[in-house]
Amino acid sequence: MKISKQDVEHVAVLSRLELSENEKENYTETLNSILEYMELLNRVDTSDVEPTAHVLPLINIFREDKPHEPLDRKMALANAPDEEDGCFKVPRIV
Amino acid sequence: MLLMKKMAVLKSHGLFDIVLEMRGGASLSLTSLTAHELSELLDKRELSSKELTVAHLERIGSVDDKVKAFTTLTAEHALLQAEEIDKKRVHGEKLSPLAGIPMALKDNMCTRGIRTTCSSKILEDFVPPYDATVTEKLNSAGTVLLGKCNMDEFAMGSSTENSGFFATRNPHDLNAVPGGSSGGSAAAVAAQEAVFALGSDTGGSIRLPASFCGVVGLKPTYGCVSRYGLIAYASSLDQIGPLTRDMTDCALVMSAIAGHDPKDSTSAPMDIPDYSKYLVNNVKGMKIGLPKEYFGAGIDPQVLAYLQQAIGKLEEMGAICEEVSLPHTMYALPAYYIIAPAEASSNLARYDGVQYGLRVEAEDIVSMYCKTRSQGFGDEVKRRIMLGTYALSSGYYDAYYMKALKVRTLVKRDFDHVFENYDCLLTPTSPTVAFNHGEKADDPLTMYLSDICTIPVNLAGIPSLSLPFGQVNGRPVGLQLIGKAFDEGTLLRVGYSLEQSTNLTKPLPALKGGSRA
Repeated sequence: MKISKQDVEHVAVLSRLELSENEKENYTETLNSILEYMELLNRVDTSDVEPTAHVLPLINIFREDKPHEPLDRKMALANAPDEEDGCFKVPRIV
Repeated sequence: MLLMKKMAVLKSHGLFDIVLEMRGGASLSLTSLTAHELSELLDKRELSSKELTVAHLERIGSVDDKVKAFTTLTAEHALLQAEEIDKKRVHGEKLSPLAGIPMALKDNMCTRGIRTTCSSKILEDFVPPYDATVTEKLNSAGTVLLGKCNMDEFAMGSSTENSGFFATRNPHDLNAVPGGSSGGSAAAVAAQEAVFALGSDTGGSIRLPASFCGVVGLKPTYGCVSRYGLIAYASSLDQIGPLTRDMTDCALVMSAIAGHDPKDSTSAPMDIPDYSKYLVNNVKGMKIGLPKEYFGAGIDPQVLAYLQQAIGKLEEMGAICEEVSLPHTMYALPAYYIIAPAEASSNLARYDGVQYGLRVEAEDIVSMYCKTRSQGFGDEVKRRIMLGTYALSSGYYDAYYMKALKVRTLVKRDFDHVFENYDCLLTPTSPTVAFNHGEKADDPLTMYLSDICTIPVNLAGIPSLSLPFGQVNGRPVGLQLIGKAFDEGTLLRVGYSLEQSTNLTKPLPALKGGSRA
């Protein structure tokens, strides 16, 4: 077993997901078979290999520090599930 | 010449006969023509964009309850856009070759004022306040947006069965999947519901559906087409590209959407080529590699036979086809299924019920996040978020994520190495033709393996094209051409030469087969 039901519960917390018992069983099983398949990678010697996070040789993409036309506040809030006084509204945090 | 013949038939039946019987029962209509054929008719004023748009909307009305390619239709918007272009044409304005052509966008590309769902419940009512760069570019080219196409939720899937709304069917056989994740886009083009469509490709999501649905699909070089306004899945792999009826349309659409965009910091600094200049019917002396790892066990013998036929054709035309090796091919898939979910777990953290999308109310904010995400995301999306979170989590980062990035380097080096001696590579797009609905739905790993031939290309960031080439039991076969970075031109040239030399590249959809689930 690469990953236990407890691991799945922990990863769900990190992922901000709430799982049903059924989902926990299902994900434990499917993630295990996927992670077992990933074992293939251990056959490759990568000791002297640099990682590739990105294929293009692009670094430090700058633009002039000039203000652009911003998104109109009303437009920015148009999809908000809840709003008040021109701000996004969420449940009490503190 | 062929076009004139087609038009004579159309006219003798009246322009709006949607389906004309000819060629032994195969259907031909306005909706079966390509963008370049239609452009000619529009230019000569033998047809208006409004008439063309109406024909497509009628076609959608008559077939989309079977195919289910669209999540949202924008009929009124389309008619307005068409009328506007017709006016411009009457006034003699200079128009792009795609002006007035009805098309469709995958539903992960933002369209200002038009619902953009990513086929997810979490974005079911999301109306973007801005256009993606590709949307803007196609708008300014004067194309007509018919609607948004169904997909696997957040582009995670290979069959368009993972949509949060409904599954799309393969127009060639309604029992088969259209491939994924751009299944709606490919099916819409194949079923003659749109002249062309855009899809996005993270691990094969343009090419696999193009192959399964018998259309041309191109994943351009990473950085070639702006990702601004494309809802992100895995940012270092995602790329937008065209799904079209032939190679000429592929070049036309690429010319309209490619180019550097200051709004996308991963966009490559490049001039926009005129891709049409690569449509040359000549492969003499070209060196084409056949990577042996793609021709091994698991390939359907009938798919292999078509590949051999294509190789024979290319050799006949003077190309040199030789076996090559990409030794790390088998490691690309496991590396991809670490890298893509890792990036996804980060990209999808934004869906928290605060700024847009679904919110499920709860007492405190963390419960609100959890309930919103648990109800809003589908099964496969949650699986990939968890897989990615796990691979990035403390204690596992080096063993999984870092290892996968190093393997990515090796996969890329394999390609760099063969491209020192070869102009492009030829492989199957998929080892088999389209599989049945439900066939792989219960086993995620088996579904992941559907992308075995397409994934290495995304890790290397290079361009790749799927071209229809024959059919097995009514289901299309796709050839995959793989090229050097920014050398889409060679792929267009080889694809065009194959297209000109055979009649295998334009399979007509049957829109038949079995009961609908």
